[in-house]
Amino acid sequence: MAISQRYTREIPHRYRLEAQKFPSGFVSLPRRYVDPISGSREFEKIRLSGKGTILSYTIIYVSADQFKLLTPYAVAVIETDEGARVTAMMTDTNFEDLKIGARVEFVFRKIMEEGASGIINYGYKAKIIK
Amino acid sequence: MRDVAIIGVGLTQFGENWDQSIRDLFAEAALKAMESAKIEKVDSLYVGSMSSGLYAYQEHLGSLMADYVGQIGVPAVRIESACSSGGQAVRMGFLDVASGMHDIVLVGGVEKMWDVEDGTFVLATAADQEYEVYNGVTFPGLYAMMARVYMERYGLTREELAQVPIKNHKHGVNNPYAQFPFEIDLKAVLSSSMVADPLRLLDCSPITDGAACVILCPLERAKEFTDKFVKIRAVGSASGPIAFHDHKDLTRLDAVKLAGERAYKMAGLKPEDIDFVEVHDCFSIAEILVAEELGFFDYGTAGKAIAEGQATYGGKIVINPSGGLKAKGHPVGATGVAQIVEAYLQLTGQAGKRQVSNARFGMTQNMGGSGGSCVVHILEAM
Amino acid sequence: MIGIVGYGSYVPMYRIKSSTIAKQWGSDPAAIEKGLMLIEKTVPYFDEDTITISVAAAKNALLRAQIDPQRIGAVYIGSESHPYAVKPSGTVLIDALGIGPHVHVADFEFACKAGTEAMYVAYSHVKSGEMEFAMGIGSDTSQGAPGDALEYSASAGGSAFIFGKENVVAEVLFTHSFTSDTADFWRREYQTYPRHGGRFTGEPAYFKHILGCGRALLEKSGMKPEEFQFAVFHMPNGRFPLKVGKDLGFKQEQMSEGWIVNIMGNTYSGSSITGLTAILDVAKPGDKIFLVSFGSGAGSDGFIFQVTERINEVRDLAPKTREMLNNPNKIYLDYGQYAAIRKKIHFNEY
Repeated sequence: MAISQRYTREIPHRYRLEAQKFPSGFVSLPRRYVDPISGSREFEKIRLSGKGTILSYTIIYVSADQFKLLTPYAVAVIETDEGARVTAMMTDTNFEDLKIGARVEFVFRKIMEEGASGIINYGYKAKIIK
Repeated sequence: MRDVAIIGVGLTQFGENWDQSIRDLFAEAALKAMESAKIEKVDSLYVGSMSSGLYAYQEHLGSLMADYVGQIGVPAVRIESACSSGGQAVRMGFLDVASGMHDIVLVGGVEKMWDVEDGTFVLATAADQEYEVYNGVTFPGLYAMMARVYMERYGLTREELAQVPIKNHKHGVNNPYAQFPFEIDLKAVLSSSMVADPLRLLDCSPITDGAACVILCPLERAKEFTDKFVKIRAVGSASGPIAFHDHKDLTRLDAVKLAGERAYKMAGLKPEDIDFVEVHDCFSIAEILVAEELGFFDYGTAGKAIAEGQATYGGKIVINPSGGLKAKGHPVGATGVAQIVEAYLQLTGQAGKRQVSNARFGMTQNMGGSGGSCVVHILEAM
Repeated sequence: MIGIVGYGSYVPMYRIKSSTIAKQWGSDPAAIEKGLMLIEKTVPYFDEDTITISVAAAKNALLRAQIDPQRIGAVYIGSESHPYAVKPSGTVLIDALGIGPHVHVADFEFACKAGTEAMYVAYSHVKSGEMEFAMGIGSDTSQGAPGDALEYSASAGGSAFIFGKENVVAEVLFTHSFTSDTADFWRREYQTYPRHGGRFTGEPAYFKHILGCGRALLEKSGMKPEEFQFAVFHMPNGRFPLKVGKDLGFKQEQMSEGWIVNIMGNTYSGSSITGLTAILDVAKPGDKIFLVSFGSGAGSDGFIFQVTERINEVRDLAPKTREMLNNPNKIYLDYGQYAAIRKKIHFNEY
């Protein structure tokens, strides 16, 4: 659940994959102020290309209620081509195609609905590139 | 710094405690601990709880618990560090006594987990809400992703992984406070329902109501109260990235390594000096990774070593004599304190059938999230 | 020259066969396949809606247009299934694609015609000189009531078109619209499924408006049906567009490329215009395309396009429509899965 104002401030990162590249090479999708590796406060704003590689994955059978209708669904830790680490739900993907090292691309999808009357949350999911 | 002793402990039954609220649980454990230490008043109180607000809609536990254990007026605060809340509360109590600020300190941990509908969501708040939970990940899911990489990299089989909960249930049989004091076999683990592939239900610690409390005092005063006391020889605490994906190596828990190193250094001890360890086996894979980070086994070898019997009585080190989180139960905020209680019972020779013989040094390792925080204590028999 | 500078479509990967639906309701599958000429239709997954489909289609249009999204002055999404009753779809899209904030955004609704409506307005902005580029999108995740004839056709998908003056892929030669108040199909506020007038949706609605618009467009342009390589019409089922095309003087060969309804269903605001993208995917420079949409209520928008040399440069820059429709990984649903995904069954609210 992300109430509207909390949701709105993450839009640049979730919709457009706006990220930060620090001098150490660390790339952060969430806003950061300090490079966790070098401590530098300098960074360059970049936009992730939306392509990456699976570092690990799982298939979730027991989810929070919010995602119950989607179970079983896959979630993966992905390293984007720019080096950002991102956790994403997989969509449009056969479980047999999930592999460590598989190539993925990000797609813009509905993440959840906040009940029947709340806002609809959008963001990135990933799918296997065949 | 002053040396610090544990002079009393209290536990509730771990399980589905339908008749007990969060305050009932805490009060039971706290009053038992005070009785065992033969004290009526404390100088300071710490309570560890992960998510009383979401589980029981109750924050402000310091005030509530001080009120309900007859200690109104004392400084009383809640300590939160996800699943390591309890262990971190013990550390705060230790610092309180060691610093000379207070003499008699009550430290407890409590979680009332069965009063909520969507417990998976509550636990997931220990992960990065905006960048992990938002995208559907669950705690079993995060540890499943650790298991996936570990199994692929080191060739650990699904059957070997199952030996962790099998061993812990075997230990738990002898723990009268355990939620599941019965044995499970390989078939049961492998046929239990899938939670987050490759982890199944019997790889996962359960949902548990429970509380645990300890009473601390300066070591030099311990004998005033009891002849059954132990020394807190060392404590190490560390933080790690909140998001699992930010762990450089997905099979490593850097905060555990750091906390362990700090504790060993403070104690002047090495892994081979430790007789038993209570580790945070929230999922089967966690026990393996933690055992490696704490230096009991080399990286990539703990899974097979545990499967070969190296982590039980007669092996290299006894891991989780209490039954661990898996068999004993995992009332999140209480777990870290309950580990200390187990170490106290072992080091004072009160562990009954699960007693580790001639135990001098016991370690506890309590971890938050997917390795975002960790606290390690080393206790010494007196 | 003013026209389409970039186009793109998006088709979900889930499908349900007409025969699966027919079996559910005890109908004869062969009668549906032959009568309505519908084999299967696209189904949006749980995580897809008009907004996500529009974003995916617009992304493909941007890939082909190869322009800085910031240069787009207007974005219009036409749909009868905007996810919100109040709150625009277009705002999500512009923020997802890096268009704006200096951009005019509006959501359109006109039953199945909202897509060409969006294109019409986008085109007019460029033509007036008001802006450099403007985008019109038609996309839907339409619902048919369980057991209703519409359930065989109502599908999901959409297409996006960027209009501009440079690097035009298909020039707009002529346009025409034809509108009257005809209550052949409607959906009231708070209603999940639309209602329709059965056979009243045919002659007095679909045929009257498409023929009215199409004939006027031919007259306005002074062109004859045989001068066109391609013709495409709104596709509520397989039969209607072929008949209306024939009535206007077009031949089957001119219509077959854009006639995707048999494997896609009726994507409402995305119907005729996704047929158009299928045509652009194969058209040659110089080819002329005749398009007339239809929206209940009722009205038709007509366009005459002429394809330019540029088509050969942009065609392969994004997925092609028939490739998406014939995706070898498409997943067929049974009726139970379909009913769940389309939320035709009541779930507990969490």
